[in-house]
Amino acid sequence: MAFVQCTGLCKTYTVGGEQVRALDHVSLTVERGDFIAICGPSGSGKSTLANVIGGLDQPDSGSVVVDGVDLARAKDAELSAYRNSHIGFVFQSFNLQSHETALENVISPLVVGGVGKKRTRRAKGMRALERVGLADRAGHKPTQLSGGQRQRVAIARALVNNPALIIADEPTGNLDSHRGAEVMAELERLNREGITLVIITHDQAVAARAGRVLTIKDGTITETRGRA
Amino acid sequence: MRLALRELRRSRRRFVPTTVALALLVVLLLMLGGLLDGLYIGSTGALRSQDDELVAFDRAARESTLRSRVEPATRAEIEAVPGVRSTSGFGIALVGADVPRTDELADAAVMGYEGRVGGVPAPPAPGRAWADRSLEARGVRIGDVVRVGPTRIPLRVIGWVDDTNYLQQGGLWVEPGTWRTVLAESRPGAAVGDDVFQNVWIDVASGADPLRVAAAIDAATGTTRTITRAEAVLALPGIREQNATFTQIIGVTFLVAGLVVALFFALLTLERTPMLGVLKALGASSRQLVGALMTQTVAVTVVAFVVGGVVALGLDRLIPPEVPLVVTPGRALFVAVGIFVAAVIGGAVSLRRIIRIDPASAIGTGT
Repeated sequence: MAFVQCTGLCKTYTVGGEQVRALDHVSLTVERGDFIAICGPSGSGKSTLANVIGGLDQPDSGSVVVDGVDLARAKDAELSAYRNSHIGFVFQSFNLQSHETALENVISPLVVGGVGKKRTRRAKGMRALERVGLADRAGHKPTQLSGGQRQRVAIARALVNNPALIIADEPTGNLDSHRGAEVMAELERLNREGITLVIITHDQAVAARAGRVLTIKDGTITETRGRA
Repeated sequence: MRLALRELRRSRRRFVPTTVALALLVVLLLMLGGLLDGLYIGSTGALRSQDDELVAFDRAARESTLRSRVEPATRAEIEAVPGVRSTSGFGIALVGADVPRTDELADAAVMGYEGRVGGVPAPPAPGRAWADRSLEARGVRIGDVVRVGPTRIPLRVIGWVDDTNYLQQGGLWVEPGTWRTVLAESRPGAAVGDDVFQNVWIDVASGADPLRVAAAIDAATGTTRTITRAEAVLALPGIREQNATFTQIIGVTFLVAGLVVALFFALLTLERTPMLGVLKALGASSRQLVGALMTQTVAVTVVAFVVGGVVALGLDRLIPPEVPLVVTPGRALFVAVGIFVAAVIGGAVSLRRIIRIDPASAIGTGT
């Protein structure tokens, strides 16, 4: 069975009184260890697709089964537990808590999930920071870090629960090309370690590094590269 | 719980203004409640300390002890009513008391009684009095001779009794003859003859229904109005109005406390929407976030109550003894429960907003 199996996903939003069909009968499969880039213009539905796969949103119709869990029918508590233990999110604007240190940000998912004691959480957080090469910045606040370092802290936060899937929404969108390359190298390395990677991007250079590229337009997958 | 405490620890300063505002409201509530209790206790002690359940007034006196007169013949009729075990005469004279070593007159209530008043020993010898301890603050000492009324009738204080004042006037408990003398000297027009009292307190036989006995007494005498001790307390001048006024002010203060908490957490939730969205994305359920909010509400309330309580106790020590402020454990518990309920209801205003936070839009991901 595929790691992610989406079938006939439909999702419509009402924006300014108008109906916008973000997903229009989208179907796809993702195998464990895949590196997928979802491309498309603004408003095409690519973030909606990623949000549905990540359990941040639910489709109006269709099914999305990830690792055997049917997210379309899951309740809030089940979806929350799923996001906490199965998914790592990396956002374009990092979404780190400015009043917390890098380590405190990284262990947030462990606190949310009620994982272990403080010492255990800090040890896991430090291991995640080591994986992204920022162990020496554990005590720094986000404002004391560069953009690339902040995104690597966000990646460490995504990693701390050892998720099977990382969803990164424009992870290099707020970074210069040098920092962006650093972050992509980090994500590729994690993919090589076996983590399934779904990246939403406008950047063709980023998309070119993916094993598969899905292009969405008007809520429909219109083009793919690699295994469709 | 961890989420809530983590934020409280990290963003302590964010919660300070609301905690201070709530603490000030706690001080206000304790002070208002303390004044209400002080006024109530200081006005009603003489009646609350009576052991008997019923009290008879002259019907024309409209439940005023000072206007009432119960003649010996009426008392005999009362005693003949089935269910009446015994009766006890009672009367009050409000006077000024000249206290040794002081220049000012102390307000006093000279109370003549025959017995069965809780906490007050048996009537003393003529010319002697048990004094309410509140008179100590006016300079009275045991062994002093205080002189009461316009003719300065001497009364020697032979001991203290507690919580026996009448309409904020210090109680001086004397035997009936002394009371009649004081009443005659201070209000000649109100003088009463031998064996006449203003009230007759009635000890109801065990098993008898006090309300039925009261009705039977009034029917038998045709000239009395017999009520319960609790009704007599509420019939004192100003007590109902005083209770109603303070209760309304206290109620409004609880409402303000709830609104302060509601406004604070509504603004805090609005400000934290992106952060709460991130926490949801990281796996926090709505239930967890709601629990965190309620934990923070309770924590803020507990700290505010402790701080407010300490400040109120400090102020209590600074306030002069003439101010009838009494902060009782019961009042403190009432304020604690009230402020807790108001805060929880106030905090609950933000629950819907938290539940409706959509992590995807809170984080700002596109479509």
